[in-house]
Amino acid sequence: MWLRQLKRYMRSRSRIIGSLAQPLLFLVALGYGFGPVFQKAGEGNYISFLAPGIVGMTIIFTAVFSGIEIIWDRQFGFLKETLVAPVSRLNIMFGRTAGGATTATIQGIIVLFIAIAFGFRPFSWFLFPVLFLVMFLTAFLFTALGTTIASLLEDMQGFQLIMNFLVMPLFFLSGAIFPLQGLPKSVTTIARFDPLSYGVDSFRFLLTNTTHFGLAVDIIVLMAITLFFLALGSYFFSKIQI
Amino acid sequence: MDIIEVKNLTKKFGALVAVDDVSFSVAKGEIFAFLGPNGAGKSTTIKMLTTLLTPSSGKILLDGFNPSVSPDEVRHSFGIVFQDPSLDDELTAFENMEFHGVLYGLPKKIRREKIEQLLKFVELWDRKKQLVKRFSGGMKRRLEIARGFLHQPKVLFLDEPTLGLDPQTRNHMWAYLQDLNKNQGTTIFFTTHYMEEAERNAQKIAIIDYGKIIVSGTPKELKLQTNSTSLEEAFLALTGKVIREEEAGAMDRLRQRRKLWQGRR
Repeated sequence: MWLRQLKRYMRSRSRIIGSLAQPLLFLVALGYGFGPVFQKAGEGNYISFLAPGIVGMTIIFTAVFSGIEIIWDRQFGFLKETLVAPVSRLNIMFGRTAGGATTATIQGIIVLFIAIAFGFRPFSWFLFPVLFLVMFLTAFLFTALGTTIASLLEDMQGFQLIMNFLVMPLFFLSGAIFPLQGLPKSVTTIARFDPLSYGVDSFRFLLTNTTHFGLAVDIIVLMAITLFFLALGSYFFSKIQI
Repeated sequence: MDIIEVKNLTKKFGALVAVDDVSFSVAKGEIFAFLGPNGAGKSTTIKMLTTLLTPSSGKILLDGFNPSVSPDEVRHSFGIVFQDPSLDDELTAFENMEFHGVLYGLPKKIRREKIEQLLKFVELWDRKKQLVKRFSGGMKRRLEIARGFLHQPKVLFLDEPTLGLDPQTRNHMWAYLQDLNKNQGTTIFFTTHYMEEAERNAQKIAIIDYGKIIVSGTPKELKLQTNSTSLEEAFLALTGKVIREEEAGAMDRLRQRRKLWQGRR
């Protein structure tokens, strides 16, 4: 299952490029557009602030998408083939999620290197292995979330709804594109309930040595939520009847 | 003991009784046709036999195992070709087979041998490296049949396997199935709307309507019973001529959308 997701990923080159375009646009437009304002506000270089956020954005989009792909599989009938196989539902769900998370991580790494090409300088290269692990953890979380949602939906109609009401807010309120310090109380409170905040915060710590919550808190929260969604997703997935 | 035994099987969806107190059995090595108008309960029955749906009440034994108690044993003993293609379009023919083999836990050596043997059998061996999305409808069907046989199931379910295929491909396909049935002793359980197909291939037929089995027997018996010359006549005599209204479910909508998609590609 894991291998299948990877193979599919490699095959869909157009999709890779397509899904790289959006983070790139954000990076360039926001990075250069808000750069001067950010600098004047005394927060330093905006690109180096933004880059971890954009990596987070890439991961959440790719991960939720690949979770949602279950709907696609249902549509194209492939899901049935896996459901009649003598493999436990838990394994199927786990394999899929791992596959989706891997592709999302790869995507995130690509974006990271693009950001570096655009002048982003991480403060230490030695932390990259740790960074990749945390990226994978974040990716796992959102793939599990996508799988959970997909197990509940019957067709693609609900998909737009999820993009607008779930993924977009998760992204914009996560502190990916602005610092969480000195915001109105309500926004910080919401950000605190947004799992992506912790993902982005940990990337930021590992890339630029600045953090809002602290790395330990980030990782614990990410792990807890991942386990939660994994359990929830497996439950709903095991309930799928066709 | 028969390979499929079904007793008082019932499935309700809310107020709708899709399958109503159905009992039948299929002997080992038999080719069994399960016929009925649209919405009669054919697919629902197959889904219950293949562990995709759990029955509301009643008992199923497939190769001696109960799908709701030991689903994995049951899943090992059947193969299935669905009404809708269930191949992964983004993988090659070989990869689709390989994936299936891995899911069913076949050791690598046996897996490779069987894949080669089956792909040659359905004449797709020289296209094994091609992506399935480039395959025609007939080729996909053949690949699905090959895949259904990969783990050497005792029963093969075919849900309207020849829907939308031309007579050439249909005959070709049945030649394979007859051959496998004879040489491997595989029991074949299929549904179809083509009566002449059922008449020609099935040793035994059951007709289901409004969730109940109304008659079963050999094609000859059914014709004798209704005093008709063809199975189609017998079928119409038994189920009436009213066209059935079936509410379009999510699946039908998906099917339609998929057609649009494929047109666009």
